[in-house]
Amino acid sequence: MNWLETLRAGGDAIRAHRLRSILTMLGIVIGISSVILTVGLGQGAQDQVKSQISALGSNLLIVSPGSSTSSTGVRGGFGSASTLTLQDAEAIGDETAAPDVKQVAAQTSTNASLVNGTTNWTTSVVGTTTTWPEVRKRTLSAGRFFTESEVTSAAHVVVLGSETASELFAGPVSPVGRSVAVDGTQLTVIGVLAASGASSNGSDEDDQAITPMTTAKRLSGATNASVSTIYVEARSERSLSAAYQEITGLLDNLHGVTASAADFSIASQQSLVATANSTNKTMTVLLAGIAAISLLVGGIGVMNIMLVSVTERIREIGLRKALGAAPKVIRRQFLVEASLLGLAGGVVGVLIAVAGAQVLPGLIDQPVSLSLLATTGALLTSFVLGIGFGVYPASRAARLTPIDALRSE
Amino acid sequence: MSTAVVELDAIRKTYRGGSLEFEALRGIDIRIDQGEYVAVIGPSGSGKSTLMNILGCLDIPTEGTYHLGGEDVSTMSEAQLAHVRNRRIGFVFQQFHLLTSLPAWRNVELPLIYAGTGRAERRSRAVRALERVGLGDRIDHRPGELSGGQQQRVAVARALVTEPDMILADEPTGNLDSASTDAVLGLLDELHRAGRTIVLITHEHEVAARAERNLVIRDGQITADTLVASGGAAV
Ligand SMILES: Nc1ncnc2c1ncn2[C@@H]1O[C@H](COP(=O)(O)OP(=O)(O)OP(=O)(O)O)[C@@H](O)[C@H]1O
Ligand SMILES: [Mg+2]
Repeated sequence: MNWLETLRAGGDAIRAHRLRSILTMLGIVIGISSVILTVGLGQGAQDQVKSQISALGSNLLIVSPGSSTSSTGVRGGFGSASTLTLQDAEAIGDETAAPDVKQVAAQTSTNASLVNGTTNWTTSVVGTTTTWPEVRKRTLSAGRFFTESEVTSAAHVVVLGSETASELFAGPVSPVGRSVAVDGTQLTVIGVLAASGASSNGSDEDDQAITPMTTAKRLSGATNASVSTIYVEARSERSLSAAYQEITGLLDNLHGVTASAADFSIASQQSLVATANSTNKTMTVLLAGIAAISLLVGGIGVMNIMLVSVTERIREIGLRKALGAAPKVIRRQFLVEASLLGLAGGVVGVLIAVAGAQVLPGLIDQPVSLSLLATTGALLTSFVLGIGFGVYPASRAARLTPIDALRSE
Repeated sequence: MSTAVVELDAIRKTYRGGSLEFEALRGIDIRIDQGEYVAVIGPSGSGKSTLMNILGCLDIPTEGTYHLGGEDVSTMSEAQLAHVRNRRIGFVFQQFHLLTSLPAWRNVELPLIYAGTGRAERRSRAVRALERVGLGDRIDHRPGELSGGQQQRVAVARALVTEPDMILADEPTGNLDSASTDAVLGLLDELHRAGRTIVLITHEHEVAARAERNLVIRDGQITADTLVASGGAAV
């Protein structure tokens, strides 16, 4: 009996036991598609975070205040102290002191309530300098950014994030030229930022109001010169580490601290990616674990049905042996049947996963990126399980004497 | 001049089930020649089916030697035994043993598949065998759509489609009414006249009377071996 005959007989047997075949395939289909989709979701989330961080720009260094030590010796976490000042930012921006630094944008950030008539919206009000759009790689969709003279004069102007703008100014009329009240002070909207779609450190980059640093200080009533973050753009990606060294040296000097007691921290886009990756890895491992369990459950289902199917057919095996089928031929028959089922289930499972990857992002607002490794892994596993547990009992049955097989119930 | 198809020498068969042991065959010596029509007769539980399973290489004797067509079967591998069953023996079982999912002709062609016969030839031979048993108009019917007698005739067609040396029938009429019994036994008579060796197992004397030779088995031993006076061809 050649392979073609065996293939034909396998197809016949699958068609003859239609319901059982469909159930077997269902186990494989569910197992495979769920593995591919869960891993795809994890991968998608990872890719999303990565691209958001990359949107910050690869030449960017982010200087944050370090931890503070209170008089009682209690140390706060990074960012708890206001050790960074405008002077620090100016020193870093000095071309002779830090030749690898291209531009600097210091910013302060406070939450405030913005009011337009009866509409109000609470968001973070960022005070910064004119270099901000370039350093942060942001563009405007309408209007303009504020100027140096507006900074000097602490002009009552504001640039809104795209989401902030749409929250405060519903309707088709451009907000540019209109005014919003920030903590009671009327500011004129001079521009709207183009949407970036990204968020960093949990804050939405599209929901903020940007004012000159001086205006922000006046709004919040702050008199000190502290800033919450200094964004530094290096001349190129290659000069990033040189810029890092220069900033560290400058700030150590200015603050009178040694490197080991630094009261600030510098993060690069790469280091943020690394941190995000390690967080995401935990999530991916978790998801993969769930996926593996669902595959296992699917596999056990396949095993179960194959086992029952073979047990039910021991009499058939006995008859085929009585009519002259060698054990090898019986084994081959069940191998082909299990493979056909596995293949059909696998193909359907992959198709469903691919279709799901198209449909899901629209439903749950999460990207899904299909992974070749997960796909082949899932296919292989269910295949091996299906074949193993179809062929193993069949080859045992093939070893029975024909009469024992014929007599079995 | 006749040649021996079957030579059994001191065959014993002991069934072991846990601590229980049962000796179903206790030293059987039989010689069956080419073209003989033998009926094995005996009461229920005497060992008839056990004997036929050994004759058909469906089961292995515990002791003794069995030569089929001059070859020692006891030394053969599973694959060789499968080949012997396929080429030399045709089975007719009391329970028919048809595959219910396949139409009649696909059931009949099964042994030819394992013999490696080509597709077209298989189909034409299966159809011819079915015509021979009078089921030329039922080739596409599934077993469920056939009467018991018709199912057994499909089984006879399956047994003769490979033109085997020997046809073994274990109570082939046990589940049939008298008309179907006559039809099936008529077919066996015909096969006998065509020169096939036939071993028929039965516990009915009227059925046994149609054979040339009767072997009486009792408690696992042959107690009588007689030639029937009327000699088979009683049609
Ligand atoms: N697989 C088995 N395990 C244990 N004992 C068995 C087995 N098969 C048959 N026997 C026993 O062997 C004896 C002979 O059985 P066998 O089936 O050969 O009888 P038989 O002559 O065909 O009877 P019947 O006319 O009822 O079919 C019986 O007593 C039976 O109980
Ligand atoms: Mg019996």
